[in-house]
Amino acid sequence: MKRSALVTAAALLILALAPLALPFLQFVLTIAIAKGFAALGVALLLRAGLISLGHAMFYAIGAYAAAFMATTLGITDFALLIIGSTAISAFFGVLFGLFLVRYRAIFFAMLNLAVSMVIYALASKLYGITGGTDGLRVAVPTVFGMTLEKSSFDGLLYYTAIVLVALLGYLVHRYLKSPLGHALSAVHSNEVRLEYLGVSAWSTLLTAYGISAALAGVGGAIAALSIGHVLPEFAFWTESGHLVLTAVLGGIAGIAGPFLGSVFLEIVHTVAVGYAAEAWNMIVGIALLVVIFFLPRGLFGLFERLVGRKSTDGEPTL
Amino acid sequence: MLQTLIPLAVDALANAALIFFVAVGLTLVFSVLRILNVAHGSFYSIGAYVAASVGLWIVGAGLPDWLTFPALFLSAAVVAAILGPLLEKTLVSWTYGKSEAVQVLVTFALFLILEDLQRIVFGVQSVYQDTPMAMLGISEIGGIVYLNYQLLLIGFAAALLIALRIFITRSRTGRLLAAVVADREVSEALGIDTKRMFMIAFTLGVFLAALGGALATPTTGVSPGLGADTMVLAFAVAAIGGLGQVEGAAIASVIVAAAKVLAIYFAPSLDAVAPYLVMLAVLLVKPYGLFGSGSTRKI
Amino acid sequence: MSDVLLKAENLEVAFGGVKAADGVNLTLNKGEFVAIIGPNGSGKTTFLNLCTGYIRPVSGHVWLGDKEITRMAPRQIARRGIARAFQIPQLFTDHTVVENVMLAIASREGIWQALRPLDRREYRAEALELLELLNLRDHAETIAGTLPEGLRKLADVTVAMALRPQLLLLDEPTSGVSALERFPLMDTLMKAMKARGVTALFVEHDMEIVENYADRVVVWNAGTVMAEGAPAEVMKDPRVLENVVGVA
Repeated sequence: MKRSALVTAAALLILALAPLALPFLQFVLTIAIAKGFAALGVALLLRAGLISLGHAMFYAIGAYAAAFMATTLGITDFALLIIGSTAISAFFGVLFGLFLVRYRAIFFAMLNLAVSMVIYALASKLYGITGGTDGLRVAVPTVFGMTLEKSSFDGLLYYTAIVLVALLGYLVHRYLKSPLGHALSAVHSNEVRLEYLGVSAWSTLLTAYGISAALAGVGGAIAALSIGHVLPEFAFWTESGHLVLTAVLGGIAGIAGPFLGSVFLEIVHTVAVGYAAEAWNMIVGIALLVVIFFLPRGLFGLFERLVGRKSTDGEPTL
Repeated sequence: MLQTLIPLAVDALANAALIFFVAVGLTLVFSVLRILNVAHGSFYSIGAYVAASVGLWIVGAGLPDWLTFPALFLSAAVVAAILGPLLEKTLVSWTYGKSEAVQVLVTFALFLILEDLQRIVFGVQSVYQDTPMAMLGISEIGGIVYLNYQLLLIGFAAALLIALRIFITRSRTGRLLAAVVADREVSEALGIDTKRMFMIAFTLGVFLAALGGALATPTTGVSPGLGADTMVLAFAVAAIGGLGQVEGAAIASVIVAAAKVLAIYFAPSLDAVAPYLVMLAVLLVKPYGLFGSGSTRKI
Repeated sequence: MSDVLLKAENLEVAFGGVKAADGVNLTLNKGEFVAIIGPNGSGKTTFLNLCTGYIRPVSGHVWLGDKEITRMAPRQIARRGIARAFQIPQLFTDHTVVENVMLAIASREGIWQALRPLDRREYRAEALELLELLNLRDHAETIAGTLPEGLRKLADVTVAMALRPQLLLLDEPTSGVSALERFPLMDTLMKAMKARGVTALFVEHDMEIVENYADRVVVWNAGTVMAEGAPAEVMKDPRVLENVVGVA
C-alpha cells in the first residue's frame, strides 16, 4: 500500500517535471492525460466484462460542452468549464445508461456504437450548434477572473490535469475497493449470484456507466481547452476503439494502467510521426496484438513484474 | 410523381444492394464464428482498391473493356482466397472461446493494420475506375432514365440472397454451416469439422465484403477511410436485421438505404445521421434487431 | 400463525405445455429442516425458482411470514430473507472466498457505499467467523474459482448464509460430492444452520441423507406434492416407493 502510493507519487512527479526538460512534451502529455481519463472510464466497464465501442461519445460530449459553454453561454472560467462539462457528460452517461446497461456482451458493444454514431453524425451535421464538420473553436478561458496568455494557460491546464489525475484517480480507487466497486466486477463473474444477494446488477452498472462517462467528459474538456478546437471526429467509432485499446494496452486492473497506456501511446505517436507516419496505425495494431497475446495485464502488469511486486490473481483481466 | 419516385427507389435499391453484400458477410461470420469482426469493413475497401487497380490496369494495358466485368468478381475472389484462410488460421482462430472484449480488440487491431497496409500499398489518392458503368450506359423506359449498372447491382443482390438461401438449405456445406450455427457443441460431437466450417464461413464473409467493395468501384472513388465508414454502416444494417439473420440483413439494407435516400431528398443535412437514427429507433424497440433474439440466461 | 415461515398456495406454471408446478401447496414452519424428493423433472428446482422469483407463477401465491412475495424479483426476495445455494455453486470466481462472503455481508448491510472499503475489520471478522463455522477458514484467501467442487458447494452455502436469511433453499447440497464426503458435508451444514437458527428447504436425491437429516419430507411428482410427512412414514407409502424410490 505504502509502496504503491510512493510509486504513484513518483510517477506524478515525473509527469510534472517532464515538460521542464522537454517543453514539447507538455501538449503531448496534456492530451495523453485527457485520453487517459476516457480510457479509465472504459476500463471501469471492462471490469464488469462490458466493452463499450462508443465511449468516445462522452469524450466528445465533454469537449463540445466546454466549447459550447464558452462560445454560446459566455462561461469563460476554466474551472467552471471543466466542472460543467464533466457534469454534462455524466448526465448523458446516466441518460444513455438507463437503456444501455440492460445489455451484455456484443449487444452492449453494438448499442454503444450505435448511440455514438448518432452523436457523431449530429455533431457533424448540426451546423447551428456544433459548427458541423468545422467543429467549434474554444478561446483561452479566464482563470478566476484573470486573462492569461495561451502559453501560461497551457501550463496551468497541464498542472491542473495532473492534480485531477491524482484526485479523481484516488476517488476511483476508493470506489473500486468499495462494496459497489466489487459488485461491478461481480457482475462479470456471476450476475446470477449478485442478484441473489439482493443487489441490482442494473443499478450497479448504471453507477459505473455514469462514472465512466464523467471521466471521459473530464478528458474531453481538458482536450478541448488544450487544443482550442473540437471536432466531430472526437466521437467517431475508431476513437472509441482507440480508447479500449489504450485501456487494455495499459492494463485495466488499476487506476494507473489506462494513463500509462495513454502516455505511452502519445509519446510513441509523437516519435513515430517523424519516422513512420504512414505506419502508425499498424504499429499500434501490432502492439495491441502483442499485449493481448503476451501481456494479459497490460503494460502496468509488466511494470509490476519488473518492479517485483507479486501479481495479484484476483484482479480483473479480459 | 412517379418521375421522381422511381429514380429515388432505384437509387435506394442500388445503395441497398451494395450495403447488403457487406452486411450479409458480417452477419454470416457472426452467426457461424460468434465473432463480431470489426475489421470487416476493411475487406470491403480492400476489394474496392484491388478491383479499381485491376480495372485501371486492364484499360491501361489496352485490353478489351469488357474484361473489367469479370475482373470485379475475380478481384474479390483473389482477396478472399488470400486473406480469408490466412487471417482465420492465424489471428481469428486464436480468439475462439475468448471473451467478446478480446475478440473485438483483436479484430480492431487487425482493422488498424489493414488500414495502414492499404495506405502503403494503394496510396492516399482517390482511385476511380468506372469503365463497367460507362460501358453499360443508360436506358430510358417510359420517360425515366436508368443507370443500367444500378439495375445490374440490384439484380446481383437479389441473386445473391436467393443463392445464399439455396446454399444454406440445399448444399452439403451450407447445411453443415447451419448445423454449426444451430448448435456448435452437438455439431462437433456429431463429427462435423467445425474448424473447417469456421474457415469457410470467414472466407465467404471476406469474399462478400470484397465483392461489395469491388462492385461499388464503378459508382464511386476509393479513398482512405472507406473501410471505417463501411464498417459502421454494415454494423448498423446487421444490427437492424438482427445479428446472424441473412434475410434480416437484406430487409435492413433496404430500410437503411431508403432512409438515406429520403434524407438526401427531404432533409439533406440528415443524410449521414439517417442510418444511425433508424438503427437507434429499431434497437430501442427491438434491441436484438428486427429478426434477432438475444441469448437467454440459464442457471 | 407465527410459526409459519413460508407458505405456497396453488402455484401453477407451465413450460411449453408441461406443468412444472400444477397447484403446489406447501407450508414450512420456522426452524424446520425439510427435504424435497421426487423424480427428475417433477418440478423440484422449479419450486425453488418460484420461491426465489427466478420464475413467476401463472397463478397462485407465495408468502414469507405474513408478507406476500409472489412475482417479486430475485433481489427483492433476497432482501426479504430468502437465500439460496445452487446445485452448481454460484460464486464470484475472480474474488477470494472471504471477499465473496464479505460482498454478501455488504449486500445485506447496503451495497451503496462507494467510498468505504469492502475489506474492513467488521466485515472480515464476521466473514471469517462464518467460514470457521463451515470449516472453510483455511480457504479464506483462495480464489473462489480455483476451489475443488466439494468446497465450492460449502462456499456457496456460506455466501448464502452471510445474508442472515430466515429461510435457506439448498438445491442438492450433496450432488457432485463423493459418497464419503456427503455425511461430513451435511454434518457441517446442519451444525452451521442450527447455530444460526436458519430454516432450510433442500432438494435431495440421496435417501440416506434425507432419512438422517430431514425433519420432514415432501414428495414431488409431476409438478405437485404427492405426499409429505416424517421420513420414516413417507418411506412406507407404497405410492412413494413406486414413483420415487423406484421399488415396485
